[in-house]
Amino acid sequence: MDGESDDDSIFDNENVDSGNVSSDGDDFAMEIESNISKERQSEPEDYPFEVLTTDQIVQHMIDSIREVTAVVEIPGTIARILLNHFKWDKEKLMERYYDDDQDSFFREAHVINPFNKPINITKPKLKISGTEECEICFQFFQPNLMTGLKCGHKFCISCWGEYLTTKIMEEGLGQSIACAAHGCDILVDDVTVMNLVPDARVKLKYQHLITNSFVECNRLLRWCPSADCTYAIKVMHVESRPVVCKCGHIFCFECGENWHDPVQCRLLKKWMKKCADDSETSTWIAANTKECPKCNVTIEKDGGCNHMICKNQNCKHDFCWVCLGSWQPHGSSWYNCNRYDEDEARAARDAQEKMRFSLARYLHYYNRYMNHMQSLRFENKLYAAIKAKMEEMQQHNMSWIEVQFLKKAVDILCQCRQTLMYTYVFAYYLRKNNQSLIFEDNQRDLETATEKLSEYLERDITSENLADIKQKVQDKYRYCEKRRNVLLVHVHEGYEKDCWDYTE
Amino acid sequence: MGFSKFKVEINYVLILVWRRLQKELMSLIKEPPPGVQVDTESVGQNLTQWKINIAGVAGTLYEGENFQLLFKFNNKYPFDSPEVTFVGPNIPVHPHVYSNGHICLSILTEDWTPALSVQSVCLSICSMLSSCREKKRPPDNTLYVKTCNKNPKKTKWWYHGFVTHSCDDE
Repeated sequence: MDGESDDDSIFDNENVDSGNVSSDGDDFAMEIESNISKERQSEPEDYPFEVLTTDQIVQHMIDSIREVTAVVEIPGTIARILLNHFKWDKEKLMERYYDDDQDSFFREAHVINPFNKPINITKPKLKISGTEECEICFQFFQPNLMTGLKCGHKFCISCWGEYLTTKIMEEGLGQSIACAAHGCDILVDDVTVMNLVPDARVKLKYQHLITNSFVECNRLLRWCPSADCTYAIKVMHVESRPVVCKCGHIFCFECGENWHDPVQCRLLKKWMKKCADDSETSTWIAANTKECPKCNVTIEKDGGCNHMICKNQNCKHDFCWVCLGSWQPHGSSWYNCNRYDEDEARAARDAQEKMRFSLARYLHYYNRYMNHMQSLRFENKLYAAIKAKMEEMQQHNMSWIEVQFLKKAVDILCQCRQTLMYTYVFAYYLRKNNQSLIFEDNQRDLETATEKLSEYLERDITSENLADIKQKVQDKYRYCEKRRNVLLVHVHEGYEKDCWDYTE
Repeated sequence: MGFSKFKVEINYVLILVWRRLQKELMSLIKEPPPGVQVDTESVGQNLTQWKINIAGVAGTLYEGENFQLLFKFNNKYPFDSPEVTFVGPNIPVHPHVYSNGHICLSILTEDWTPALSVQSVCLSICSMLSSCREKKRPPDNTLYVKTCNKNPKKTKWWYHGFVTHSCDDE
């Protein structure tokens, strides 16, 4: 199979950029490992995953192509385009290959059926003593300087180079560059690109683009979402599980967000959207303003008096803020405005009440969620403070081992904060039932313990009382850890037994 | 040293652009397609701007009308598309032509390929005019003309949608 050797050559001449910004050697690398084992312990079964470098991703891509070319006898270059077309789902490719009409199979993927006889485009071309004209630069070349894809459209080598360079550098196209002929949708394979592009910088960009599209359209791969990280995670099957990148970032494989146990991806996404968009602004308007019953202009009450006079100069309607009825019957006895309970006014008040309630409810959860997120950010500063303290202790006749409990405590504090943060998202969507009451108790316990631990670490440790407080801190973080586990196990059991009801 | 080499490369690119434009111009002058005529006086020494006169085809809504197209080429031509607009006193009233002369035609932006040419663009525009069934401006003409960039290539055209610059035939 000629395709195979081609595949390897694409990436090995050039120095594939694996310019990973690795943050190994960072002081907490070891601790991260222990975090992993903690997370794993709390999970009932294992969720295997691999962290791949850019080089390994390329190798993985080449392996996938080989697996296809080993079964289906097509060149590797075409296999790559086909695989991309099928989002790197080998099984689907094979299935369609054997089931479908072959011509339409290849046509849909924008490649020429390699089993067909080569097409001879019989376009009349001006020939001057055996030369051919390039339709781009209008110059004449010896036939060996003209090249093209299996579709038969030929252009000179330098115009091809210029064309591909423009597509790659200006338009950022990788896998989807089509033949330069007008109306031809046959895709340019990667070997052709690498042969025809003269500039190493452009080749590198092209490799980036195809590696990127390989990862992006492969369900079992996901780029680590943390900034400047070039690793990707590979899993055996897609699931909402925590994965840990080599850079230390822990995230959910399914949605790519920070690991968000106990809330599920679906609700988290909804929540983040809710927080990000303006839906809550409109809830605020609905809850804190009323509309003039006559001209419908929006009014915010900014004083105590309930006798409203619409400021819309064309309206100037007199009405009562409380019952939204006309002001006239109120006269001097304002407190009797309950009497004017027309159905409409009552409905308006009910709707208002509902809005206020829902806003208050949202803000309750939102404030607690944001508060833990904020604290979590501060805890990163705490790491630095604790590190300084640990160094100081070590100068006071304490061994390295003896002071490690401090960092362990901060680790657990951070885990608890993160879990707590997401419990508020979960709770926001939760409908009240017996299990939700237990959940709220667990949440309360964890929160109280976490705050206590935070207090110890932030305020109560001095070099004098270190020996005394060590026991206290250790007890507290073990307790926190236990409570966190209890809460998560309870929620997971709830998922399994289907006992969570949601409000939406 | 390095500098002079750089300069030579730039010139080489410009020579290629110039050579291609020169050939296109010659063939348009020698064998113009029906209804298409280059205004040779408008073509400057460096060939970066041409005006082309177009006559409305007999038997279509534009019969008897004359239009003028302005082509602008940059030094990435033909890998980058030319900037093409209607200019002059008579801008065709057409659902894909804005009153400022901007044309909504996919081969002028995303479907451009270097294998296309001035001639093929002219022919596409002629056939776009000829196939018109009702003379009217695009539905969003007023807003677009007020807010668009001078260069139509900066406009994000929606060739198949109905948003912003919808250019679909009904």
